[in-house]
Amino acid sequence: MKHQYLHWSTALVAVDFALIVFALYLVFMWVPSAQEEAGGIAQRIFYFHVPSAFAAFLSFFLVFLGSILYLWKRDWKWDRLAVSAAEIGVVFTSLVLITGPIWAKTAWLKDKTGIWWEWDPRLTTTLVMFFIYIAYLLIRNYAGERAQGARFAAVVGIVGFLDVPIVFMAIRWWRTLHPEPVLESGGLPPSMLFTLVTSFTAVLLFFILLTWARVGLRRAQEDVEELRERIGR
Amino acid sequence: MREFFRQVLNILWKDLISEWHTKDFVTPVLVFALLVIIIFNFAFQPDGESIGLVAPGVLWVAFTFAGVLGLNRSFAREKERGCLDGLMLGPVSREAIYLGKVLGSFMFMFLVELISMPIFSIFLNLPLLMPRLVLVAFLATIGFVAVGTLFAAMAVHTRAREVMLPILFFPIVVPLLIAAVESTSLVMAGASWQSMASWLQMIIAFDIIFLVVSALSFEFVLEQ
Amino acid sequence: MTEASEPQWAIELEGVTKTFGHRRVLQGIDLKLGKGQFLTLFGPNGAGKTTLLKTVATLMRPTAGRVTIAGLDPAKQAARVRQSLGFIGHQSLIYEELTAYENLKFYGRMYRVRGLEERIEEVARKVGLERRLHDQVRTLSHGMQKRFSIARAIIHDPALLLLDEPESGLDQHASELLAEILGDPASGERTVLMTTHDLERGLRWGTQVAILAQGKIIYSGPRPEDTALFPRMYQQLTGAKS
Repeated sequence: MKHQYLHWSTALVAVDFALIVFALYLVFMWVPSAQEEAGGIAQRIFYFHVPSAFAAFLSFFLVFLGSILYLWKRDWKWDRLAVSAAEIGVVFTSLVLITGPIWAKTAWLKDKTGIWWEWDPRLTTTLVMFFIYIAYLLIRNYAGERAQGARFAAVVGIVGFLDVPIVFMAIRWWRTLHPEPVLESGGLPPSMLFTLVTSFTAVLLFFILLTWARVGLRRAQEDVEELRERIGR
Repeated sequence: MREFFRQVLNILWKDLISEWHTKDFVTPVLVFALLVIIIFNFAFQPDGESIGLVAPGVLWVAFTFAGVLGLNRSFAREKERGCLDGLMLGPVSREAIYLGKVLGSFMFMFLVELISMPIFSIFLNLPLLMPRLVLVAFLATIGFVAVGTLFAAMAVHTRAREVMLPILFFPIVVPLLIAAVESTSLVMAGASWQSMASWLQMIIAFDIIFLVVSALSFEFVLEQ
Repeated sequence: MTEASEPQWAIELEGVTKTFGHRRVLQGIDLKLGKGQFLTLFGPNGAGKTTLLKTVATLMRPTAGRVTIAGLDPAKQAARVRQSLGFIGHQSLIYEELTAYENLKFYGRMYRVRGLEERIEEVARKVGLERRLHDQVRTLSHGMQKRFSIARAIIHDPALLLLDEPESGLDQHASELLAEILGDPASGERTVLMTTHDLERGLRWGTQVAILAQGKIIYSGPRPEDTALFPRMYQQLTGAKS
């Protein structure tokens, strides 16, 4: 069993590595640059920005799911899933928050004196999500006892997830009162769509492997702690 | 059901007389809110033109920060002699404990807002005591207290609880804060009811969703 | 009479385990206590006495195993179980900013005590605090607060009383009061579970004794005929000096 898991995950890592290299080739060598208004060459960041954002939302959903199942079943495996997803969610929201402004700096204003941070609904919602994840991870460590930390975090994971759509709506309505930045319009040309789909697959597979590996690592960590506790007696 | 509300009212009664004896929610929170306003005035030096733009934000920042302080107090009181255990030992549903605490904190917070609004309006030379503004404050405070009570019960069990509550609380109430600030500026600009409707709906939706979710998850916070 | 049969045991624990993190504080506790019995639970510090008591008190949820109180499952009939419990722990569980009377009124209403005003006077008299009833609790002396916390715990005349090391902070007067309340024939068939370090008093009060060490019950039975031998046995079993 153990051996097979290793075998499969290694194969998948190899596949994903190839996919990422291919996606990088497409993004940097193959796909044509977008028009100036969309950021020109900087628009290429979009092929990693959008999949990262999707992975971030997906991990938030996994935190939500894991939290509910943990509170319901009280099985540690659901807690492991939730924490691991939260940690990886922080990584991906960070990626979104870094790539977003780089793109925005060149893209959103037609003159070249663009600004780093535009309070765009999606980017701002991601920022709020980032802070909810951080709160999720902090409360675990500050709660003292492990089961209590897991319960508190699970409540934050549920409340936080339900909050996200409201945050998004509030920010969108709030922004419509201010000048809206001009962003992409219409569909993507086929070459861009192909590149996007490829990078999407690469990033998503990477996300899944990362979560999987983190859950496994955490389980190993817990086993070690438990053994140490037994020996200590 | 009647039994449920009897328990809720009993907890509320306890919080009210305890506040009556000590005034340690309303007094410090009110002073704090007023101080925030004054500090902001120094920081922004608003003149006649810009005051209308800054005032709603200042008002809600003051209420939010002061509210965090009060919510922390409200649970620190329960924790002092293990009284939270006293509540848990009783034949009371966890939802009733939650609702009782929410009602108490809501009353104190709303009272602070009602007292501070006329004072703000004098300091800022703005008409802030409008019935519609009172309505906005009423609705938004429900949401604040609904989420805040859940997180305060959590924070009180953690190390560094004074910092933990704002870290949990602020990101979650972002939409509520936006809606409250926006509807306050609409009221101050004399806009129609219609233009406020969607913001008020959002506040009400937030109130309902988080009252229900917090009440249901409260037992996981209290459990040991 | 709604029960199918009259439950035999006031407390019944089956394989109760509680872990904190990876630390197993209780390791499969089996314990039965009949109605009207008085069980004294001895054990060195860190044996898990408080955890065991809090689990019986429904304050803690066992990680594994089953707790049954007077035939009821606390997870399903929490309100009924809690109605029958009284708890005196390390903390007083009273609100210092309220008066003694207000505290008793609050807890009395919580437990739906009938004839509450008379009952408040009765328990206040029992613990000798009837003159200080309308003073804020924080103005009472430490010993008075401790006695008052006893009044709080028995306001609803619980059928099962749980005491966690009641000797700590209890002066001579309060200790006698407690003994009086525990032995009060008016309370009828009251079951008591008490943890203590105090071997002498524990043996005097308990009809049953048990020893908890490292999360396990290592001895249990009726109070020995010759109590003089017990301290030696306790010392040998736990390796602790009494």
